[in-house]
Amino acid sequence: MTVVSPVRPAVGPNDPGRVVVVGAGMVAHRVVEQMLARGEAAAWEITVLGDEPYLPYDRVHLSEFFDGRDADALAMGPSVWDDARVTLRTGDAVASIDRDAQEILTRAGVRVPYDNLVLATGSWAWTPRTTGIELPGVVSYRTLDDVTALRDWISAREQQLGRPLRGAVVGGGVLGLEAASALQRLGAHATVVEFADRLMSVQLDEGGGETLRVRIADMGVDVRLGTGATRLVAAPDGAVGLLVLSDGSTLDVDVVVFSTGIRPRDRLARESGLAIGERGGVVVGPTCRTSDPLVWAVGEVASYEGVCAGLVAPGNAQADVVVDQLLGGTSEYAPAPEGTKLKGVLHDGVPVEAASFGDVNALTPGALEVTFADPVAKTYKKLVVSDDARTLLGGVFVGDAALYSSLRPMLGRNLGADPSAFLAPEGGAAVPSADLPDDVVVCSCANVTAGTVRGAVTEHGCTSVADVKKCTKAGTVCGSCVPLLTKLVNTQLEASGVEVSHAMCEHFAMTRAELFALVRAEGLRTFTEVVAAHGTGRGCVVCKPVVASILSSLGVGHVLDRANAPLQDTNDHALANMQKDGTYSVIPRIPGGEITPEKLAVIADVAREYGLYTRITGAQRIGMFGARLEQLPQIWKRLVDAGMESGQAYGKSLRAVKSCVGQSWCRFGVQDSVGMGVQLELRYRGLRAPHKFKVGVSGCARECAEARGKDVGVIATERGWNVYVGGNGGFTPRHAELLAEDLDDGMLLRVIDRFLAYYIRSADRLQRTAPWVADYPGGIVELRKVLVDDTLGICADLEASIAEHVEGYEDEWAATLADPARLARFASFVNAPDTPDPDLAYTPERGQVRPARPGEASDPNPVIARTIAVRPSDVELEDAL
Amino acid sequence: MSTWTPVCDLSALDPERGVAALVDGVQVALFLLDDGRVLGVANHDPFSGANVVSRGIVGSRGERTTVTSPMHKQVWDLVTGECLDAAGKEPVDLPAFPVEVRDGVVHVGS
Repeated sequence: MTVVSPVRPAVGPNDPGRVVVVGAGMVAHRVVEQMLARGEAAAWEITVLGDEPYLPYDRVHLSEFFDGRDADALAMGPSVWDDARVTLRTGDAVASIDRDAQEILTRAGVRVPYDNLVLATGSWAWTPRTTGIELPGVVSYRTLDDVTALRDWISAREQQLGRPLRGAVVGGGVLGLEAASALQRLGAHATVVEFADRLMSVQLDEGGGETLRVRIADMGVDVRLGTGATRLVAAPDGAVGLLVLSDGSTLDVDVVVFSTGIRPRDRLARESGLAIGERGGVVVGPTCRTSDPLVWAVGEVASYEGVCAGLVAPGNAQADVVVDQLLGGTSEYAPAPEGTKLKGVLHDGVPVEAASFGDVNALTPGALEVTFADPVAKTYKKLVVSDDARTLLGGVFVGDAALYSSLRPMLGRNLGADPSAFLAPEGGAAVPSADLPDDVVVCSCANVTAGTVRGAVTEHGCTSVADVKKCTKAGTVCGSCVPLLTKLVNTQLEASGVEVSHAMCEHFAMTRAELFALVRAEGLRTFTEVVAAHGTGRGCVVCKPVVASILSSLGVGHVLDRANAPLQDTNDHALANMQKDGTYSVIPRIPGGEITPEKLAVIADVAREYGLYTRITGAQRIGMFGARLEQLPQIWKRLVDAGMESGQAYGKSLRAVKSCVGQSWCRFGVQDSVGMGVQLELRYRGLRAPHKFKVGVSGCARECAEARGKDVGVIATERGWNVYVGGNGGFTPRHAELLAEDLDDGMLLRVIDRFLAYYIRSADRLQRTAPWVADYPGGIVELRKVLVDDTLGICADLEASIAEHVEGYEDEWAATLADPARLARFASFVNAPDTPDPDLAYTPERGQVRPARPGEASDPNPVIARTIAVRPSDVELEDAL
Repeated sequence: MSTWTPVCDLSALDPERGVAALVDGVQVALFLLDDGRVLGVANHDPFSGANVVSRGIVGSRGERTTVTSPMHKQVWDLVTGECLDAAGKEPVDLPAFPVEVRDGVVHVGS
């Protein structure tokens, strides 16, 4: 039998010692994160034990699994597991707790001793006793394994039956609606069966429930209210085939998801004799201690005043309390009023909004309801206020939940304005945000108050929303408070007189985005004009290429214009990418990776004659390396004459569009991915941006082009194309997020046009699309509103700027070859234009050449270097002498 | 001192941009500035070991006129060759060369 027992830390009287956390969910992660953040001074070790075989993951965003976020992508800040004081064991459930011996035993037979035990086992998906619930095709919706099983069942069953599946979701709560949306996204039809008389019956009043029903029905989901699931009947082959409802009716089904509530996972606690609440859950007091002073409980398994919370926010608050207590603090848990927001339910890619908080049914004596319902816009908003109409008691928002995040923190407080002013269609009274009292919780997931946010600015020197997020964790869980957080941070920054430096460099005191707007608005055409109007000095390596890129993006100053030449990095100046020895790479565009034997032969001839090292690049192209500055025009003349053009492998611009072979050859492909890849590459070639950008096109959901690792990823569906944005490989890999679904070819181009143009206008210098999307206030959800719903009314303008680029495109190398003035730049020495740099030296490697390292046998001529035998070493030479 | 080597016509230089010149086997980076001055420093970038200084971007730091290596962005004073930003490395200055323009011809001294 194994014993996991890290060396017992030398504990002081107030040190927590060996802390064992049973359960590895979001709240367990929070415990560890807080220990690392706050427990620097104390002696402790933490062991976290989870039964699921994954790193603790973000259950709140579970449905993003269907957008391709796998276990790794959903993992909660995994860096905490790297700390030497932290041990994580996954895939092994805890079997029992021995409180006398102060140790736990896992199913695998591992014993883990503890000084303090934290129960964070969460809850399980409860299902009513229904005949047939064990049939294949009946699943829950709570864990990664659940959603994986759902996806796998749908794809296998669909293939078996040869038609789209009919699905049913039992339970019309937040999670049930999320499951229904997931069914749709997986290509199945969905019917939601809800026993109550409305959807989200716990959170919504009658009017809100009805508005939500209309919105859900609009998605194409059938809604059956006031009836429950009685039994499930097998199809002839044994899988689920029929759902019998309590009203006597039946539904033909191929897949059924049960989402009928959760129950605390308190078995371990029961069996070890801890006090259990009447409705289940481990009884805890305000310190989160259980009936055993060495055992604590947090999250959904903890029963505080008879209630087990079902949200992450109270769990995090409890985790904070436990960590504080373990470290000798005295903080206590006080349940904050919570709200609920529907999430993960998409109608044509746009989230269906529904949210509420507080006394939604106006049960407080004397409470007044102020309601604004718009049956045309399908929105419903209600505020519940005290009898004097001053104090906010609750709110319900369906169809437009923008007010939720700004008003929820005002619960129990004076509204400061006529409640109806908030509900007017135009937004009416300014939403309170900047003047929130310090103790108001802004981010309920991470339990961060307005005061803490302000403190992050005033005490901890945070100068941006990103800093504050990092410092306080606010806005890092569900993200719904980010707009409010942004306002709060900016207001505080202004109030504190903190000079927020957006300066690009010493010559320009603004960001690239601001400069872009100025150059565009004022029609400036040269660096001299720009620096005279908005900058100082002669510029530098930072601002000159930025201005060059802006002028190029605006189509007013070609990268090759004489006035722009001094601004360009050597890469854009030489139209080639500088290598480590000062020579350049030559990479012609090969759209879609398609290349004729004739062009291949020209590339082969050029590479052989000039002794260039040749390889297939990571972008499905052929790169030739080692071309000297003075050779570039001759080499490119050969390539241009053979019908090739610049691939901009040197520019902050489109690099390549990677594609899989797609429908034309692949037996799985559902669209012509190569054709689309070629079309996109030719559309955006040469487009200058704040940084390079890459595009991928996959012909089916197998995603062979790895499109979601690109700035723009296009993935074929049966009905068209899904477009994802903000992906990245490189140093900080990030999967692209879904921007729009099932677009036809024309709409796909328009959406990508808008995305790229918006990125080019508003990103920072050298900011790839991944951080730009991640930092966009409100994230992908807001970006979708701007780029798909056109809420800012800028889409036509964005499309026009790309159209202008497409219109004005010319091949940079062809244009350069045609212009003697430009060609003059390609001289090795001004007084010896054709003399090669005498310091260049090459050494053979695997039949080609590479730059020689100091002391290596080498030849200045790569053609010769490639063929020479390795020369005798210096030692042998000395011997010979 | 005072061997002056004629290198090229002034008209061969682009304003605010550099060229490389071979002066008696030594590679010199020459820059024509907007104000008409021509400045010369070594073309050899001591940080990367490549002869690329002439292909760097010209700019300013405060009052000083600078060039930045296109390889790893180290910055030097174009007048004195002093290394102003070693980009995390030990600073290494560039040799500076006297340059004169006589009758429209650029001369480099050595």
